[in-house]
Amino acid sequence: MTNSRPESRSPGMARRTFLQNLSAKLPGLIAFFALAKPGKAGADEPGGYDPEQHNYAMGIDIHKCIGCGRCADACKSENNVPRDEHFFRSWVERYVVTTDREAHVDSPNGGIDGFPALPDDTDILRSFFVPKLCNHCVKAPCVQVCPVGATFLSRDGVVLVDESYCVGCRYCIQACPYGARYLHPEKQVADKCTFCYHRLREGLLPACVEVCPTQARVFGEIGHKSSPLHRFLRFNEITQLKPYLNTEPKVYYAGADGEVI
Amino acid sequence: MTPILPLLLLTIPGAEGYIYPNEYELHWSIHIVLYPYLTGLVAGAFILASLEKVFNVKVLQPIYRLALITSLAFLIAAPLPLMAHLGHPERSPEMFLTPHTSSAMAMFGFVYAWYLMVVLLLEIWFDYRKDIVIWSRDKKGLIKYVYKVLTLGVTDISERAIAFDQKACKFITVLGIPSAFLLHGYVGFIFGSVKANPWWSSVLMPIVFLFSAIVSGIALVLLVYVITSLVRWRRISMPCLNKLAELLLYAMIIDLSLEMLDFIHRLYESEESIEILSKMISSRLFISLIVTQLLIGSALPVLTLIFARFGRLPDEMRRMFYFIAAILVQVGIFATRWNVVIGGQLFSKSLRGLTTYKLEFFGIEGLLAAVILLLLPVLFLWILAKLLPPWVPEDQPHDTGHRTREVDLPPGSLPSSGTV
Repeated sequence: MTNSRPESRSPGMARRTFLQNLSAKLPGLIAFFALAKPGKAGADEPGGYDPEQHNYAMGIDIHKCIGCGRCADACKSENNVPRDEHFFRSWVERYVVTTDREAHVDSPNGGIDGFPALPDDTDILRSFFVPKLCNHCVKAPCVQVCPVGATFLSRDGVVLVDESYCVGCRYCIQACPYGARYLHPEKQVADKCTFCYHRLREGLLPACVEVCPTQARVFGEIGHKSSPLHRFLRFNEITQLKPYLNTEPKVYYAGADGEVI
Repeated sequence: MTPILPLLLLTIPGAEGYIYPNEYELHWSIHIVLYPYLTGLVAGAFILASLEKVFNVKVLQPIYRLALITSLAFLIAAPLPLMAHLGHPERSPEMFLTPHTSSAMAMFGFVYAWYLMVVLLLEIWFDYRKDIVIWSRDKKGLIKYVYKVLTLGVTDISERAIAFDQKACKFITVLGIPSAFLLHGYVGFIFGSVKANPWWSSVLMPIVFLFSAIVSGIALVLLVYVITSLVRWRRISMPCLNKLAELLLYAMIIDLSLEMLDFIHRLYESEESIEILSKMISSRLFISLIVTQLLIGSALPVLTLIFARFGRLPDEMRRMFYFIAAILVQVGIFATRWNVVIGGQLFSKSLRGLTTYKLEFFGIEGLLAAVILLLLPVLFLWILAKLLPPWVPEDQPHDTGHRTREVDLPPGSLPSSGTV
């Protein structure tokens, strides 16, 4: 359509032109957004890594843990966790059950420096070590409460925090029943175990698993029969922490007693 | 047998028993105590204001507008402590731009915005519109233009227009009551829905929050009314004050019953957390819960109110007792918020230990900052009262059109001892 006097165009004309333009460009726009959506099967992932093919979890064998604290130490080094004794992505607790069935727990500096010796004459029924970390819950309360969605469950079953999005409200820290989160003092964002996600993507094991001298930590995948975790779950009596909260934690303990919470 | 417990007590100062290492620092500080306290005052003051409008409690007319702008002043201040507490306040708009719909906190942003924009501002605008138009004509200087802007270009003050204002005002108030309930019930929900924390996790939490909000709001308006009347050398309407005191008393009785119900329920259920919670109440929270919240902040004002309202007292003394009771109520409600927020973090989620809260004086999370944040709404109220005077002349009926009815009560609706 030609118009000899563009300056006197009526509003109706302008609208028509706009709609014409829009109808011409709309298919292109739709195509752009449709293509811009991430592919489903991870075809866009570098190095051929397909998150859909994984569902990570961890097993911890209480019988094997000697409380050396190397896992907690390695975790701090690998992930630049502050060395202060009040920030941990993973730590080790010592449980001492006395003959009066009382359980006493301690974790000096997360177990990194080992544990002080127990007095010889104490009536100790048994004692054991329990490594703790984020449970990467399937129904994670931290994911539910995050007001901006900075904490999310990845497609490969790992609960992660997007540092560039976290507003530092600490609602997730309150919602975590396991005390697994802390506020990073420098970054002012919530921080916690990622199963060493950066290592997983390279096909490596989490640092804590790698350094464990007794192989008390077993890392693997749910639903993969070839995974060491599969064997671990099959041949041990498994407990999870606070199962009644229905968070479906994915850190599985073998040999943990009822005292462990 | 060597006592093993002292051996296992770590070098963490102030801690007792075993707490998870990440729990050493309390994550929600005094600012998060302020936030439910302030929103409670907002909701309470608004619900009080709506009594006059919707339920026709005429005797409350002198405080209607005062309650409305008090509510607004505190609403403006309410998110500030929350903002001050964020690790990254510059990212807070993300709560609106990319809200995570399953998060109670994200949804609070929308409830807040709705309450501010749709309910409170609109109601105040409709209520003041006629006055604003008149002021925009009569006043001189810069303020004239401020009022001109505030009219939003609607300068029609014909009878028909005013009648429409009244209708709109009433409609918004009706809409506002559930909104006010939602606003504060929601704050309770933010705590009550944290299943990881047995001190918070309770379905009664939103209800208890709501009623304590009503209590604190009524007490606040009573305080503001008495103080502003004294400062302005105006006579206080005793029927109005008596009504406020009565409402305060009834709201407190409901609030206390609900709190007791919650308490008994927890005791009766006696879940695994009961041991550590009992220990916390009897040690760390004894002063703030038993002494401050229950004795000084609840029992004492209830007795004072009963004595002042129903005893044979001269008006001056009655006023003084009401005033003291209202202050005690504020102390009590602040303690309530403190006990919920701080108390909920004093015990470890391992249910094996207790920690302490170290309140610093300076610093962004300190006492000084909290006091400033607490005084801000008072400043806002002062500015708002200058801009939109809420005062009702005692000797002449208020003439905003929709309130031409008599100030006096129908006979017999109040005990004669309290009327002027």
